Amino acid sequence: MSSTANDQQTPDEQTARPVKGHVVIENVYKSFGDVRVLEGVSLDIKPGEVAAILGPSGSGKSTLLRTVNHLENIDAGRITIDGKMVGYEQRGDKLYELHEKEILRRRTNVGMVFQQFNLFPHLRVLGNVMEAQVSALGRSKTEARAKARDLLKRVGLEDKELAFPRQLSGGQQQRVAIARTLALDPAVVLFDEPTSALDPELVGEVLDVIRDLASQGVTMLVVTHEMGFARDVADTVIFMSDGLVVEQGPPREVFSSPKHERTRAFLGSVLEPAYNL
Amino acid sequence: MTPSSPAAPADTEPTGQRAEAQQRPEALTVVPARNPWRWVGTALVAVVLFGIVWSLFTNPRWQWGVVAEWFTAESVVRALGNTLLLTAIAAVGGFVLGFFLALMRMSSSGLLSSVAWFYIWIFRSVPLLVQLLLWYNVGYLYEVISVGIPGTDVAFFQAPTTDIINKFGAAVLGLTLHQAAYSAEIIRGGILAVDQGQQEAAASLGIPRWRRSTHIVLPQALRSILPPAFNEIISLVKGTSVVYVLAYNELFYTIQVIYARTNEVIPMLLVATLWYVIITTVLNIIQYYVERHFARGAVRTLPPTPLQRLRSRIGGTR
Ligand SMILES: Nc1ncnc2c1ncn2[C@@H]1O[C@H](COP(=O)(O)OP(=O)(O)OP(=O)(O)O)[C@@H](O)[C@H]1O
Ligand SMILES: [Mg+2]
Repeated sequence: MSSTANDQQTPDEQTARPVKGHVVIENVYKSFGDVRVLEGVSLDIKPGEVAAILGPSGSGKSTLLRTVNHLENIDAGRITIDGKMVGYEQRGDKLYELHEKEILRRRTNVGMVFQQFNLFPHLRVLGNVMEAQVSALGRSKTEARAKARDLLKRVGLEDKELAFPRQLSGGQQQRVAIARTLALDPAVVLFDEPTSALDPELVGEVLDVIRDLASQGVTMLVVTHEMGFARDVADTVIFMSDGLVVEQGPPREVFSSPKHERTRAFLGSVLEPAYNL
Repeated sequence: MTPSSPAAPADTEPTGQRAEAQQRPEALTVVPARNPWRWVGTALVAVVLFGIVWSLFTNPRWQWGVVAEWFTAESVVRALGNTLLLTAIAAVGGFVLGFFLALMRMSSSGLLSSVAWFYIWIFRSVPLLVQLLLWYNVGYLYEVISVGIPGTDVAFFQAPTTDIINKFGAAVLGLTLHQAAYSAEIIRGGILAVDQGQQEAAASLGIPRWRRSTHIVLPQALRSILPPAFNEIISLVKGTSVVYVLAYNELFYTIQVIYARTNEVIPMLLVATLWYVIITTVLNIIQYYVERHFARGAVRTLPPTPLQRLRSRIGGTR
């Protein structure tokens, strides 16, 4: 953990309980045509909480994450971050879709890290981390560059700022992607299987960065297949199946005594015996 | 290849030779496979090429003296300038308009995308020749051009059509609008080739829509846009010769005027051809470097340029 973690915070606030990044998901429904993907999901993720989302393939984990920053709109329900909806504004009993500009502004408060990194291949590492700071937050280039360098140091890539993304290993690329997201000082960061595209020996370096972040008071929703990581780092484990949250609780409870049959079956299929608590 | 093949050739060699080679690897000589037909083919091509070159220089009817005389004549050079100007305007205008058309076609607004579709359909359907003549004669259809509020008498700007659309104006309009339709499809193809994840990542970072198009998607799309785009520009250079129907003095029209007067048809056509060849060659070189520039980031290491390769070869032999 470095002292450059968050320029705006005073040392006092760093130790205090975080107040930003309260994610409330209420009864969210979403279908693609006939395919019903989310069927009434409700969650309450407190500021600074780390929630690991588990579940079988196709259960709607990615879709849920994407609705949180309005990459996907929802059919019914409500998602708020610190009381504000990402894509809409409520007036009376109607929801009005916000203007593009306002959606973009609110999105900078919610970072997203993708399975496939999605770095901008034509920009150097430094450019990748600077771009949105300048074009979305309106920071000066000098300010953005300084911030980018700080973050690159924090993810251990200060010597790679002039490389192009394709010249980096997968683990390094994902760490750049994390730095790029953190550069906007988001209150919430969404991770969609951040280590699934990585070779096993590169998984650790990325998880270390995320673990470090967890101790900084940023709210995190992490879709992951890394059970060890979920157990060690998450405050809450959320188990999804068929578009519903089936089970939710502290990792110790969910892993050792899952209440629901489907959770038990899923954990039984993915957990190595060594992970059983 | 079978897994055992690397060992196979060694087994076929005479044992004595193999033993010697194993002792002194540098004694091994490489004997390339013989291919007599390649020699026959090469000889044939060489003979034909020599025949063509020989005839070019010995047949007096090519009239190289006349070619040399007119190659840099003032009227020809001025016409060349006009051709380059038309090409530049139509290429730049076509690609800018084409970019907007491409964005419109991919827009979620049904009206915008149908308008773009209709434009592309019309301008790819009407022959350029017809279009040029229509623009040149538009003064007959609409005598006055006025900018105002349709359906009212309010006009902010008014001028006789023939003042605005002269020969040059008609040529520029026709070429640019025609070019835009083709450019739009090339650009759209390039944009479609960019991974959807790029748009999503940019959107999730809150980067504004216009900036996403121009700074994230377009630079990546350019990699697949550039080869067909240079194709278009090169055919546009020669395509400008269609403008001769308007009697606008671009290169081809001027050449025609000259040979109509002097009757030296073949050498004048050679003058035009040589100039077109030179322009195309220059464009080819530009294309190489522009493509190289936009390959940055897409490939791990850029290949050396011909110049760098030459330099390193000279350096290597020293
Ligand atoms: N754009 C789309 N159009 C149609 N169906 C979709 C779309 N996106 C997702 N789906 C469907 O929604 C369901 C849930 O998808 P989602 O990607 O959220 O699953 P997931 O839990 O993230 O799975 P995985 O672990 O494999 O990533 C799947 O059945 C998928 O086919
Ligand atoms: Mg997924």
